Amino acid sequence: MKILVLVKNVPEVAEAELEIDQGALDLEDLEMVVNEWDNYAVEEAVRITEASGGEVHLMTLGGEDDEDVLRRGLAMGAHAASHLCDEAFEGSDPATVARIFAAAVKGGGYDLILTGVQSADLGQASIGVLLAQELGLPHATMAIALEPSAGEVVVTRELENNTSEKVALPLPAVVTVQSGINQPRYVSIMGIRKVRKMTIEQIEADDLSLAEDALGAAASMVASQSLVLPPMGDGAQMLEGGLDSVCDQAAAILREKGGLA
Amino acid sequence: MSGVLVIAEHRQGALREATLECLGAALELAPSLGGQVTTLLLADAPGSLAGELTGRTHGLKLYVHPDLAAFNPELYLPVLADAVAALQPSLVLMPHSSQGMDLAPALAGRLGLPLVTDCTGLSWPDGALSVQRAVYGGKAMQELALKPTATVVATLQAGAYQAPLPNAVETASESTTLTDLSPRHARRFLEYLAGVVEDVDIAEADILVSVGRGIGGPDNIPQAQALADALGATLSCSRPVADAGWLPKSRQVGTSGKTVRPKIYLALGISGAFQHQAGMKNSGTIIAVNSDSRAPIFQVAHYGIVADLFEVLPKLAERFGG
Ligand SMILES: Cc1cc2nc3c(=O)[nH]c(=O)nc-3n(C[C@H](O)[C@H](O)[C@H](O)COP(=O)(O)OP(=O)(O)OC[C@H]3O[C@@H](n4cnc5c(N)ncnc54)[C@H](O)[C@@H]3O)c2cc1C
Ligand SMILES: Nc1ncnc2c1ncn2[C@@H]1O[C@H](COP(=O)(O)O)[C@@H](O)[C@H]1O
Repeated sequence: MKILVLVKNVPEVAEAELEIDQGALDLEDLEMVVNEWDNYAVEEAVRITEASGGEVHLMTLGGEDDEDVLRRGLAMGAHAASHLCDEAFEGSDPATVARIFAAAVKGGGYDLILTGVQSADLGQASIGVLLAQELGLPHATMAIALEPSAGEVVVTRELENNTSEKVALPLPAVVTVQSGINQPRYVSIMGIRKVRKMTIEQIEADDLSLAEDALGAAASMVASQSLVLPPMGDGAQMLEGGLDSVCDQAAAILREKGGLA
Repeated sequence: MSGVLVIAEHRQGALREATLECLGAALELAPSLGGQVTTLLLADAPGSLAGELTGRTHGLKLYVHPDLAAFNPELYLPVLADAVAALQPSLVLMPHSSQGMDLAPALAGRLGLPLVTDCTGLSWPDGALSVQRAVYGGKAMQELALKPTATVVATLQAGAYQAPLPNAVETASESTTLTDLSPRHARRFLEYLAGVVEDVDIAEADILVSVGRGIGGPDNIPQAQALADALGATLSCSRPVADAGWLPKSRQVGTSGKTVRPKIYLALGISGAFQHQAGMKNSGTIIAVNSDSRAPIFQVAHYGIVADLFEVLPKLAERFGG
């Protein structure tokens, strides 16, 4: 089976202090990491090919530094990678990103295309399904299990409130992968070093048969956008003081509100 | 172009609450769009689902076919495409749910319409849609103004809008029995699977000690368990902790886990992403410990402690004889 996985490099923000500069996130001090959901997708693809043969191809659309995310995936066992990198791609909205991927994917002969459920930065949760529409393929989102067989894949989709459903898709198909579907393998620096000589295919706008005005900000549905830090609102009452004092206060709250002795 | 088209969502015979929130948003927005709210319900039988929608939408269009018992985007898309062509709505609205994430991009992609997902606020300030959404795990807000277009497809974050009161408006219903669903692809619904077998029911607990990715690894779980034991509390967690197998899935709080309302929810090393907040924000008293003073969890917590959880854990346990 030939599997394509879309992987995106995203800033790690959980413990970082975000700085917004003129309505955009300042990426300067942020570490870039593989999008959590995409990591699960790569692992799933590599496992499928380890079990029943085939190859895994990775693709990312991003700036020059984003090649790292492909090397990381190669170190996990992917066989080939393509980097879509061109100034003309900048400012593309999800529909345009999907169109660019579709142009790059066409003729690739993939049986299965995997993406993450969402990217951790803007969380639009749309590229996979939009790509399926561009390619005229069936899709299923939120996969927590995949059972591929000849000509078909059975997808367990996570629904709300601890329920899920099984659906069957004819191949080729696009599936978006939810976290927890597997336990992704550990990637060591050594592992990444080992794949540093693998060639990564570079794809620019000219390599794709897309009209110039079908790319970037010109094609985007967005007129303007900006980021703001959320208002802290009423927010929490912060417990102040030294560690002991804070723990005393917390213990008193636990006793009072929890009816503890 | 006018009005709002809402796609109703139901599962295993019950209407999904998030549909009513979409109706709340739609009724609020429709006047500024010079139109009405029309709701599409695709189901295997009219049954009681329509009853819950009546009084909360101006128009209710019911499409009935035996294969519409369970959701399948391939069966929905042709019906939706026809409805959009006939009604020419300014906005097609549905929940940002497992169904909405499967359907909205497919509809937008197939009809070539702009798409905005997981919105927390929608407005039409200057004849074009303006959207607010939470990004970067809730640590920033994105404000988007769209170029003017005929129809936009949008999904709404759960809890962003309130359900309208029953009998808010008069409803005109119309039912169509479909004979041919003409799907483009052979995606098939097979079956529903019930959730995992539970070791404990976290929704029953009076006090929850809940750990997030900040707990660092499975080796630190016993420390949190020790505090829970000292408090007579139950241990719960955020999604990454369950994903990694540090605690069983049945302990997960949030949209894809459990909704809990304990007397006390003690969140340790949980950032407070929207999907987590949705499962715990109605707890009696929320105390959050996080080393990041800007963590979104502090927006829903009643009390906050900015500290390393590993310093707080043992000291707090000590105070309860742990
Ligand atoms: C469809 C879908 C459904 C989802 N359903 C759920 C769900 O049901 N439940 C859920 O929880 N999530 C769910 N998620 C995931 C959610 O979006 C977040 O990714 C997740 O909640 C983040 O978990 P976290 O806060 O533990 O981790 P992170 O966001 O990584 O946050 C870790 C936090 O720990 C703090 N920290 C680190 N070290 C320390 C320390 N030593 N002391 C104190 N603080 C520390 C950090 O400052 C940070 O705030 C879902 C996502 C999707 C797409
Ligand atoms: N620039 C990109 N490069 C590679 N993959 C992407 C990119 N943008 C989105 N994706 C893929 O699409 C999924 C969903 O992203 P999104 O729709 O942006 O939330 C991600 O998990 C990735 O697999």
